[in-house]
Amino acid sequence: MSALLELTGVSKRFGGIDAVRGVDLRVERGEIIGLIGPNGAGKTTLVNLITGVHRATAGTVRFEGADVTAQRPHEAARRGLARTFQIVQPFPQMTVLENVMAGSLFAGASATPAIAREDAMQHLERVGLGAQAHRPAAILTLPSRKRLELAKSLAMKPRLLLLDEVNAGLNTSEIDGALELIRSIAADGVTIILIEHLMKVVLSLSQRVLVLHQGALIADGPPRAVVDDPRVVEAYLGARFAARFAQHPTEASRA
Amino acid sequence: MASHWRRIGIGLWLLGVAAAPLSGDNYVIKIATFVAFYGALALSWNFIGGYAGYPSFATAAFVGLGSYAGALCQNAGVPMVLSWGLAAGVTAIAAAALGFVVLRLRGHYFAIGSIALVEILSLIASWWSGLTGGGEGLNVTILPGGPVFIARFFLYAMLAIVVLALVATVLVERGRLGFGLRCIAQNEDAAEMVGVPTTLYKVLAFVLSGVFCGAAGAAYASWVAYIAPTDAFSILLTVKVPVMVLLGGPGTVFGPLLGSSALVLLEETVWARFLEFHQAILGAVIVALIFFLPGGLLGLAGRVRKSA
Repeated sequence: MSALLELTGVSKRFGGIDAVRGVDLRVERGEIIGLIGPNGAGKTTLVNLITGVHRATAGTVRFEGADVTAQRPHEAARRGLARTFQIVQPFPQMTVLENVMAGSLFAGASATPAIAREDAMQHLERVGLGAQAHRPAAILTLPSRKRLELAKSLAMKPRLLLLDEVNAGLNTSEIDGALELIRSIAADGVTIILIEHLMKVVLSLSQRVLVLHQGALIADGPPRAVVDDPRVVEAYLGARFAARFAQHPTEASRA
Repeated sequence: MASHWRRIGIGLWLLGVAAAPLSGDNYVIKIATFVAFYGALALSWNFIGGYAGYPSFATAAFVGLGSYAGALCQNAGVPMVLSWGLAAGVTAIAAAALGFVVLRLRGHYFAIGSIALVEILSLIASWWSGLTGGGEGLNVTILPGGPVFIARFFLYAMLAIVVLALVATVLVERGRLGFGLRCIAQNEDAAEMVGVPTTLYKVLAFVLSGVFCGAAGAAYASWVAYIAPTDAFSILLTVKVPVMVLLGGPGTVFGPLLGSSALVLLEETVWARFLEFHQAILGAVIVALIFFLPGGLLGLAGRVRKSA
């Protein structure tokens, strides 16, 4: 059986900048994958290439065996490729419920707005926004907006969910709640790619971690092994620190 | 706006226009016909400008195209009402083709692109004198039956187009298309991300905003029995119709009807006395709308109810 998602030699060039360079990647059904990398490493660009926002300059993207390199974002959404945005993107003048209905109506399985309304309400209850259903999306706080993004993505009945910094800007207890929620989504059989800066989230959820640096995939493996990989340490902290870390791991981590 | 108030408003509006012949005054019937004509145009603009939030100035392009297509069909011997239908069809096809091009633009660029459509079609109508009569205009076969019959006939013809546009509006508003267009109006990129086929929906909204304009334009040509490029593709008309919708309440069912009738009646009762300031007053109305009535008259009614 083919992988759920398969990238072969995917590159993206913006003018003179190689944002993503020759990425090869297989994602199997049911995996939870962490995608990390320093700022500007190309993480969001990679997500955009998978969801049809950008078209790869070279290489192919296959989803469930079909070549989707040239798909438009709405086609990706209908195929079951849902994503949340690092910068949340609500429909500000609609209610919270209507925001989620949009996902259910256009990418999920709901045939009419009435069915979408019921479906959306369930997703809102699940992320803990049931009480806010009829308030305008524009007045939500940042943590609530992040949950709204999540509810909207869930309403799209995703097979693969790409969570782009869904935990950024949340406090510790809010993060614990989010971890719980992501685990329960994964338990429903949704494959998840987490794009994340918070190592706590990455290490506690991911079965496999990918590291992107200057547009190229430099590591791919179990979380612990990847974190200790000298190339990864170097990408984050620079060559000199990485050399010290290799000699005296404990001393370096104290410094 | 509560739906029963909306129904009452629409019902009263339709009754009021339909009852105009009771006055026995041909002037009143003529004004009512204009109210219906602009009502149809305002409902049309509402699809692209109100629901999808695209500031279209293409209204006159559709009206002009419809009036020429209808007039040419009629002069070629096609029965009148059938030629209006053909005109609507021609306008729909043109709207789809043009929409595919200009709807790639957003915001101000789209506004300018849509105005360009009016100018280009107007120039074609002027140049292609073999077909359109050029700047001298085109006479349309006059309907037999005498002025009283003709006045009533065209009033009800316009009203029928309004009813069709109303039905289309209600269907769109209740369905996926209306929901998708509202998503597009608020955040087009996010709409695409949740699975709204944005290009298709925008083109559909543009076609809907063209088809009833085409029919109304063709009916107008038959009514006045003479069209010329400057009348048919009037820049003033293309600005007035969006102002009407903004005045009534964009993205609602009743707003376009309320706004268009308010402006037509204002025009007849007040502006007619100040002919030289006509356009200056329209300008003042636009400025006042932008500053004081962002949701139109219906938005104002909503605010009053909330504070009460």
